[in-house]
Amino acid sequence: MEKTLEKIMKEEIENEGNLISILQNIEARFGYIPEDAVNWFSKRLDVPASRFYGVTTFYSQFHLKPRGRNIVTACCGTACHVKGSEKLISAAAMELNLKNDEDTTENGEITLERVACLGTCSMAPVVLINKKIHGKMTLEKLKKELKLLKKAAQ
Amino acid sequence: MSSVKIMVCMGPGGIASGGAEVISAFESELRQANVSADIHKGCSLHKVGCFGLCSKDVLVDLIIDGAKTTYQSVKPEMVRRIVSEHIIGNLPVAEWTADENYHNFYKKQVKVVLSDCGRIDYENIDSYISEGGYKAAEKVFAGMTPEAVTAEIKNSGLRGRGGAGFPTGVKWEACRKTAAGQKYIICNADEGDPGAFMDRAVIEGNPHAVIEGMLIGSYAIGASRGYVYIRAEYPLAVERLKYAIKDAHERGFLGSNIFGSKLKFDIQLKLGAGAFVCGEETALIASIEGQRGMPRPKPPYPVFQGLWGKPTVINNVETLANIPYIIKKGSAWYSSYGTEKSKGTKVFALTGKVKNTGLIEVPMGITLREIIYDIGGGIEGGKALKAVQTGGPSGGCIPANMVDINVDYESLARVGSIVGSGGMIVLDEDNCMVNMAQYFLQFTQSESCGKCVPCRIGTKRLLEILSRITKGKGRDGDIELLEKLSRDIKSASLCGLGQTAPNPVLSTIKYFRNEYEAHLKGKCPAAVCKELLTYYILEEFCKGCGACLRACPSKAITGEKKKLHKIDPAVCVKCGACFDVCKFKAVKKE
Repeated sequence: MEKTLEKIMKEEIENEGNLISILQNIEARFGYIPEDAVNWFSKRLDVPASRFYGVTTFYSQFHLKPRGRNIVTACCGTACHVKGSEKLISAAAMELNLKNDEDTTENGEITLERVACLGTCSMAPVVLINKKIHGKMTLEKLKKELKLLKKAAQ
Repeated sequence: MSSVKIMVCMGPGGIASGGAEVISAFESELRQANVSADIHKGCSLHKVGCFGLCSKDVLVDLIIDGAKTTYQSVKPEMVRRIVSEHIIGNLPVAEWTADENYHNFYKKQVKVVLSDCGRIDYENIDSYISEGGYKAAEKVFAGMTPEAVTAEIKNSGLRGRGGAGFPTGVKWEACRKTAAGQKYIICNADEGDPGAFMDRAVIEGNPHAVIEGMLIGSYAIGASRGYVYIRAEYPLAVERLKYAIKDAHERGFLGSNIFGSKLKFDIQLKLGAGAFVCGEETALIASIEGQRGMPRPKPPYPVFQGLWGKPTVINNVETLANIPYIIKKGSAWYSSYGTEKSKGTKVFALTGKVKNTGLIEVPMGITLREIIYDIGGGIEGGKALKAVQTGGPSGGCIPANMVDINVDYESLARVGSIVGSGGMIVLDEDNCMVNMAQYFLQFTQSESCGKCVPCRIGTKRLLEILSRITKGKGRDGDIELLEKLSRDIKSASLCGLGQTAPNPVLSTIKYFRNEYEAHLKGKCPAAVCKELLTYYILEEFCKGCGACLRACPSKAITGEKKKLHKIDPAVCVKCGACFDVCKFKAVKKE
């Protein structure tokens, strides 16, 4: 970890980075914001860890817990909402056996999350599966994709 | 020897429909047919930005010796025939070419910002230059004073396209007149309104127009540095803009001694991290500075005291992309479009329950009816129009009986909505207006930064009341309470987020009070609100096919083959899967 953090430090100095870009860099490398990474930067930069925590919790793109190896992102934009994104999300949660506000499957394989808008409103409802965009999503199509993910995980 | 140009839409809709696969299909078919070597010497394949009519994506323009044929809904497996019959055989595949509906979609549109989008190769700076790109910047640097540039923009009547509609020229002038060693120009590409994607499409389809707009702005106000604050949810826009900035640098449009002058200008990208409030100017500034994106009180306005305390102009993407065209063609030409107070054209993201969904650019003042029926082709599936939501979470719903309203800043404000950034979501009879209000409040409540009390607590309380109404637990006087609370939040909040967050509530109460009242009586007229619904199967229609039984995720449906099926209301989670899957309309919800 130390090596990676040194690398991030070097890049951020070169690019005139700030708290947000450091955290983005950490998130990109680790997939989430590990507490140790924050403490390391806090010491090196002499910035209280609480400031990192404040910024981390303010922005929706930072995660304090590790996420699944596969990310399914359901768009909840207005166009997607009126075309039934809620239905898709509850069906997906059921398919993945996610209970009470959990977002990641027990085996840590698949994370289901929401995003405010992906800007692909004309193809609503849309779902992003491992960064590939799927437009005009239906319950059947989504279930099929999730089954494929589950199968690949086994 | 003929020249063949193939332009494939790689805009937001094009990519989601498989644009990349269509391109590789063209590459392999052309290779196999040996086209570039044998038949047409000048055959080129281009990736271009959004065409507009996303619902017919992937759209492909085939230009042979200047004659254009558009293909719609192109799939990779269709490419072989297009190559062999049209490119080689010179005979268009008539059944796949754009139909009347496609042409009607464009008839009433006027393209300014989008005029080059879908026509130029976004990866190729020469493609932009060959269409007159960077000519406006050259004209400005070579022979116009900053005063003249600001005057020209003022005369054009261009107003901020991000939502607030503040006159761009006035903003520039104020910043120009503020004396300071360092000034900044920021492009606000934090397109946060759910349901709006024009800024994404403009950056992805014509990134150089945004850069040129910023360059002209920097000259007018005297800024040597610019920032583009862009949402991280738009990775493709980030990538294309980065590429374009690098190209502009190499050609000397950015950097030092621009167009032989002593001026320098650099643009840096700053990625947002997912916060709607960062679209607000002062919150955006805080975010660029690396802090939590919390708004600051205004005044001081950013034009006097902005980024790092220096005078800063913040313009939206669409606003900036308009600038080169206004400078090239003149303010008189631009202001010939539109109404008295709303000049020019505006890009809207037409989505929802309308046949033709996509990106449209229309002159200000066009009627909503023209947009929905002439351009949009009417409502999907023969349903009835209920309302049109404009302006995102800060806007309102315009009811169907007001469809003849003119679409401009003033007219929409009069009926309790706004133009906003240009989201236009068409709602039909199947949409519940209380649910819509709740949806927007959920959004604004979770995006409220928490700095000021009226917004932080007010939106929370609004959402609670709306939630209990949609659950059938509304109380007498709830509607009046919503109205009062809304007015208080509007008048007391610190920034635009709180000041406009109650608009979706107020406008739906104003025009759809009966739906609120029905919910208080335990009914959702549009059959949307789960808690107020029961699902059951009609005996006379059920064929016992078992489709609903297989679709039910909670095993609430029982029944033998070819016999009547039943839903157990105690187990039913009201997901609607059975309703969607039944071919005989035997599942009923009330």
